[in-house]
Formats: sequence, structure tokens, C-alpha cells
Amino acid sequence: MLRRLHSLPGIALAVVLSVTALTGAVLSVEPAIDRLSNPPIPASATVADLAATVAARHETVERIVVRPTGIVTVAYTDGDEAAVERVDPATGAGLGPWQPSGFFRFVTDLHRAFLAGDAGRIAAGGSALAMLAMSVSGLALLLRALGGWRGMLGAVRGPVPQRWHLQAGRFAVVGLLVTSVTGLWMTADTFGLIAQGAVDSPAVSASGGAPAPVGSLKALRETPLAALQRLDFPAAGDPAGLLTLKTSAGEGLVDPATGTLAGFTPAVLPERVQAVVTMLHTGRGLWLVGLLLGLSAAAVPVLGATGLAAWWRRGRDASATATVPADTPDTVILVGSESNTTWGFAKSLQAALGQAGHVVHIAAMNALGPEHLQAERLLILTATYGDGDAPASARRFQARLATLDGRIPYAVLGFGDRTFPDFCGYAATIAAALAEKGWPCLMPLKRIDRQSAQEFAQWGRDLGILLGHPLDLEHVAETARTTVLELAEREDYGAAVGAPVAILRFRAPLQGSRPGRLPKFEAGDLVGILPPGSAMPRFYSLASSTRDGILEICVRLREGGLCSTFLHGLAPGGRIDAFIRDNPSFRPAQGTAPLILIGAGTGIGPLAGFVRANDAGRPVHLYWGGRSPASDFLYEHELAQYLAERRLTTLVTAFSRGPGSPAHVQDRIAADAPRLRELIRHGAQVLVCGGRDMAQSVTHALELVVRPLGLDLATLKSTGRYVEDIY
Amino acid sequence: MKTTLAALAATTALIAPGFAEARDVTLETQLKAYGGPGAYVALYVTDAAGKYQGTLWMAGDKAKYYRHLSDWQRLSGGRAAEIDGITGASIGAGKTLKITVDLADTLIDAGYQLHVDTSVEDGRDNPSEIVAPIATEASGKALAGKGYVKSFKITF
Repeated sequence: MLRRLHSLPGIALAVVLSVTALTGAVLSVEPAIDRLSNPPIPASATVADLAATVAARHETVERIVVRPTGIVTVAYTDGDEAAVERVDPATGAGLGPWQPSGFFRFVTDLHRAFLAGDAGRIAAGGSALAMLAMSVSGLALLLRALGGWRGMLGAVRGPVPQRWHLQAGRFAVVGLLVTSVTGLWMTADTFGLIAQGAVDSPAVSASGGAPAPVGSLKALRETPLAALQRLDFPAAGDPAGLLTLKTSAGEGLVDPATGTLAGFTPAVLPERVQAVVTMLHTGRGLWLVGLLLGLSAAAVPVLGATGLAAWWRRGRDASATATVPADTPDTVILVGSESNTTWGFAKSLQAALGQAGHVVHIAAMNALGPEHLQAERLLILTATYGDGDAPASARRFQARLATLDGRIPYAVLGFGDRTFPDFCGYAATIAAALAEKGWPCLMPLKRIDRQSAQEFAQWGRDLGILLGHPLDLEHVAETARTTVLELAEREDYGAAVGAPVAILRFRAPLQGSRPGRLPKFEAGDLVGILPPGSAMPRFYSLASSTRDGILEICVRLREGGLCSTFLHGLAPGGRIDAFIRDNPSFRPAQGTAPLILIGAGTGIGPLAGFVRANDAGRPVHLYWGGRSPASDFLYEHELAQYLAERRLTTLVTAFSRGPGSPAHVQDRIAADAPRLRELIRHGAQVLVCGGRDMAQSVTHALELVVRPLGLDLATLKSTGRYVEDIY
Repeated sequence: MKTTLAALAATTALIAPGFAEARDVTLETQLKAYGGPGAYVALYVTDAAGKYQGTLWMAGDKAKYYRHLSDWQRLSGGRAAEIDGITGASIGAGKTLKITVDLADTLIDAGYQLHVDTSVEDGRDNPSEIVAPIATEASGKALAGKGYVKSFKITF
């Protein structure tokens, strides 16, 4: 609901908001330019000093204005020439006519009135109101997606348009709140909707004595120029006329003969508020803040584009609908899904159960009702949103559950990503809630990592045992559109130690005589490969990116493994069906902070890819474990070359069957603890790739490394400084 | 534009629509091409002693800026009733404001003066930039202002 409140106006108003924001961003530069191109006001300068020098140069001076940006201008008349000039606040010397920039005037008119007068001003006010609503709803959604205020500074994960949207939103939201509130205020003020609380000036007149030289007037001598807003001189030949001295404190009337303050009206609250609002919105007088707000505004078109893309993707995926069979079902499947992938699994389950003779009802978790308790069993398949929250189709589940009497045997299957801090957190919440209610549990909670079809199939086999018949869940991701690739070359390792590993490099087959095009991918993404005769893809971490011109993977031959046997049997020219799955959470963070790469066996693949892509020469330290340096030292020559090219800073290897004492990669980490601790203290990011056992040992070793820093891996994980790709 | 609204007669006592003792007077104010946003311009009448009599036209519709027309503000008291129904848009740089009023005969050739105050955002305020006699002998003679007025003339 909240998301719809956010995305619908966002889509409708993307262009209008972008115009307002971009023009605002352009205008935000003006105070900084003014600040740089005008002499500063010396702290010692007084209003009297400047007034005296200016009065000496002109026949009549009408007004001296110190603008919020610090520009000092003087309105004067010499003979028939009435003009405004800019003056140097230190010397009072003229700096030429005051002419505000025509460009900025045009952009200002576009910004505050869409070049359309009062109607445009109202529209611009509406735009500010919409921006405020978008910022508030966006902030609420940000908090939900990132897991509260604590998560606001952490890593943002997810598919690309949404991730960029969250990152841009997090960057801009405070600035946009400030500019939209102040913008609304300014519009309201323009139309006189804000009480001015004006106080009448005191009715005083001058003493009537002969005017003294302006430089000698006491009140002007006591006012620093930096505090001045405006000084008005009395009209020529008006004996009762007083000088008006306006500062942020209020408006004083100065007797031109005696120089004393004949009256003073302090600035009222609405005026002071208005001054602060204007300063915040325009950045005049706060040029640095203005630039920061301008940067926030510049993020609005990005937010519009990424928001639109994310919305479009959601709409494209949201084709799954519930199906209701006519007969009374014996099995109810409830689905908690955010981006609809879980629906795909639920339909595979429904189809398999249907083939086995069950009558299955499938619905969203939000649809939970008393009629579902008539069935024999309830199977809940749910994803998790953000940091353990309910996905879209499950938001009302717990409220509905609370109203139900009766019980039904259940099983919960969670879908998630092991690299997130709270893996399948929502599924665990639901399993706990059902256990609390005392419902009989058919099977313990099972968590599926990154849509693993193998894990899903295993759960299906377990469920089949329980139901007393075989249950084959062959789930095929619906989005997988495969590309044909051709093996270009292979390197074989490890045969001597009984663990054959191959580095396989694929290319796109020639299109006629032209080279074919590879799909888009980065090192660390996954390639799904369909072995012949199977509809279930196997995933391998990529060791190269599209710009390398090849698709490179590292494959260990597994006994009885359908896909690895197929791949190891490929000769150059052999073809595979493959597709890419993004894995944006397993990437080196942007920036120049050091990287600590840890892997064992084929886990070196993506790590070598990260090293290869390190054109900037950031510090990269690689820890890798293999069996024997003579037999399975993967990437040995490339790594030596990367060291020479400074793409790789240090390389530490451990061999379990090497000459000398056997060691594992976690032993090297323990031995290097002081150095690693220092790197992590300086912001290093740790990326781990390899098998689950290795990852567990590495976790133990690293916990000891970071503990003296007052850190733990959970904290590093939540901020994206510890990421894993585990299989 | 021709300002002969009945309400005006009551509020200003300057303009006598439809009466025999009134005359059509055209006021033409041409602004310089000063290169800036539209100017606020007030046209009003004082007697020979400088005492405010009434306003003929106010170009510019946001009351919060009227204080920049400082002579008009000071002399008229800046009350909204003074300009009720005789307010128009601000005048762009280089543009001309031409208005026709029915002016009571008693105001003509009797020492009364027509004042023009101008002001531009981020520019300057020009109180009484023009002070023109309301006299038949001055008919059609252009006056130049020191501020934003390029030429001003009264034609009887």
C-alpha cells in the first residue's frame, strides 16, 4: 500500500519533479559562484566606513544593500543616471553596474513558476508538496528495505534498478525533505498565506538639525558591515527624514544630524523564520549547504528513472495469480512473495503434487482464512523482504493468523540469500508463530539459498517420504532464457591429486563471419548451465566479465555429477546452453579501500576475476588454499603476472598436500592475524568464495582476527564489508 | 485598457465616469530594456503641496512587494482599498503600459501632479521617478525617468 502511494505519484510526476529538481540543482551553484567571485566582507568594516566612501563618490546615495550571498550593492543617482553598482566591501570602490545573471533569472523562473506566472507558481508549489510526500513515503520504504535506522548506513542489496533507487534515495532523502518543506513555505509566503506579523515603525522624525557627515554617525559606526542587511538614506530635501538601518535583529531609525538611534523595531518571529527558510532553500548565505541540497536535487531524475525501471520490472513479473480448484483441496499452498519468484516454486510444487493425485489449492499468504483449515496440510513457501520483514503478499498473514481457531499440520519453506544477515528471517518468524499456536509441524523449517533448484528438489523428496509417494520437484526458473556458448579453451589441473579441476573459457559462437555477443555479466555473477537431458540448471561463479571477451568458470569434477561430468567432457568447440544470474551482493565495494580475498579450490574463480579487473591498483590481498602446488595451483601464471602488474598486492597460498607441513587457508589467516586486523581497521572488505566447510573454518579464524577491534562478522556482514559466495 | 469602473469613482474621487465635467486622459509609460524581471509601477496623484489624492493604476499584484514603491507606500498608507480593482500585471522590461482614465476637470490645470514609482526585483527602487504636471500644455510631451522609465507622457 505504502509502496503504491510512493510509486504511483512518482510515475505520474517524474518529469515535473525532475524539472523542478534539476533547475534547483543548477541554482544551488549560484551562491558558491557569488561567494568565489566577490570580495569578502572584512570583520572590521563598519556601515559608517562604507557609507562615507560611497557617499563621497556619488551625488545621492539611496540605499546600501548587503545581499545574503555577501554581495554589497549601492543604489545611487548621479545627475540623470539612477543606477545600482556592486562595491568592494573593504574599500568602498565601485566594481561596475550590478546586473543579476540573466541565465540564473531564467532558471529561477523555470524553477519556481515553470515560466508561467502565478499559475506556474501554484504548480511549482504542488511540485514541492508532491516531493515532500514522495520523500516521506520514500523514507518509510527505505527504513523498511534496509531494516530500520541502523541499516541506513549499511550495504544495499538487490537487483539493479531497485538497488540504485535505494542508494540514490538514501543519499538524497534528507536534502529533499529540507528543500520541499522550505519550497512549500516559500510558495505559501508568495501568495500571502503566511502571517507576516508586521509591526508598524515607530512614528518618530528627525531632530531637524543639519545632517552630519554620514561617516560620523554613531549608530552606523557601531554596526559592523557584515551585520547589515540594508541602509536607506532619507529622500533628498526631506528634513524629517531618517536613515533606516536594517539588520537581522530588526529595523533602526537613525537621526542624520545626531547619529543616534531614534527608534528601533525588533525583527518579529515570522520574519526570522522566513529568513532561515529562504537561506536554507536558496543556499544564499550557506553556500556549502546549498551545494549539498543541490546534489540531493540532482538525484531526483536518477530516482525517477530507477523507480520507473523497478516498477516496470515488478509489473512484468506480477503475472502470477492464484488458482482455485473446484474440489475440496487436501493440500493448501500459501505463498509469500515479493518479486514473484517464489510463485514459480509454488507452481512447480502444485504441479508435482497434482500429478501425484493431490487436490491442491494455492493462494497468497495474505488470503489465509478459516476455509484453509479444512485441508489436510498447509505448505507455506515464503521469501523475506529486507531485514526479516514480510514480503508483499504476506503482510497481512500474521494478523489473519491471530484470528483463526483450529489447527492444521504445516511445513514452512523459506527462500532467501545466505549472504544476507537474516537468512530467511521471515520464514523463521512464521515457523515460530505457527509453533507458538501449537499447530502440528510436518517438517522442520527448510531454507533455500538463492533459488537453488537442488535444495528445493531435496525438500520435495523429504516431503514425498512423508506423504508416502515419490515427489520429484523439478523447478525451472521461468526467466531463464539461455544462450549458446562455445568452449574456446580449457586448462586442466588436479588430476594427480585425484581432484580434477578445469578452467573453462567460453565464447559466443561466430555469427556468420562476425564474432558473436556475450551476455552482460561481471566477475562474481553466476552462470546457469543446463546439462543435456536436464531442465535443472547448475550454477557456477564467473571468473571473468563481459569486457574480457570470454566467459570463464572453474569447475571441479564431482563423482556422479551430471553437469560437471558434462563440462569436463567438453572439447574446444563444444557447446553449452547457459544464462546469467546477477549476484550483485558478491562484488568488491566501490572505492579504494583494501580487499581481502579468501578462497579455496575452485573458489578462486571470481576472486581471480576481481584481481584481473583491478585496473586502479587498489590494495588486494589474496589467500587461497589448494591441494598440491605441483598439481592444482589454479591460475598460477596469471597470479604471478597480476603481482607484477600490481593488480594483486600479496598472494598467500596454503596446500593441504604440499611439500613441507600441510596447511589450509584458515591457518594462513590465523598466522596473518595482525596484518589482516590492520587492513580491516582501515576499512578493508573481505570477500570469501568456496565450499561451505572452508567458509565455516574461515569464519572462525576471522572472528578471532576482528574481535580485538570490537567488531564481529555479523556487523561486517550487515555493512557489506564481509560477503560470501558459498556452495 | 480603459478604467471606467463605477467603483473607482467612489474610492478615489479622481475619476468621474460618465460625467460631463470629466475628460479622457491617456497615460503612457514606456520602460527601458533594463534586462530583468517585470517592474512594479504605481501611478498616483498628489496636489501641489505633495499631498496624496489617489491612485490611478498599480502594475504588480503581490502586496508584499508594494513597500518597494516607497513614496506611494508612504503617501497612500499602502491600504489595499487604494488599489482595489485597478491592479494589473507587472510590466516587462522594454514594454509600455497605456491606460486611459476619465479624470475630473477639477484636477486638470490646477497644480496637481502625477507620480510614477517603479521597482524591480534584485534591481532598485525609484520612488517618484516621474513627477509630471497634470496640465493641458504638457499634453503629449514625453518625460524621461532616471530609473526604469524610458518615457512617460500624458495626453488629453
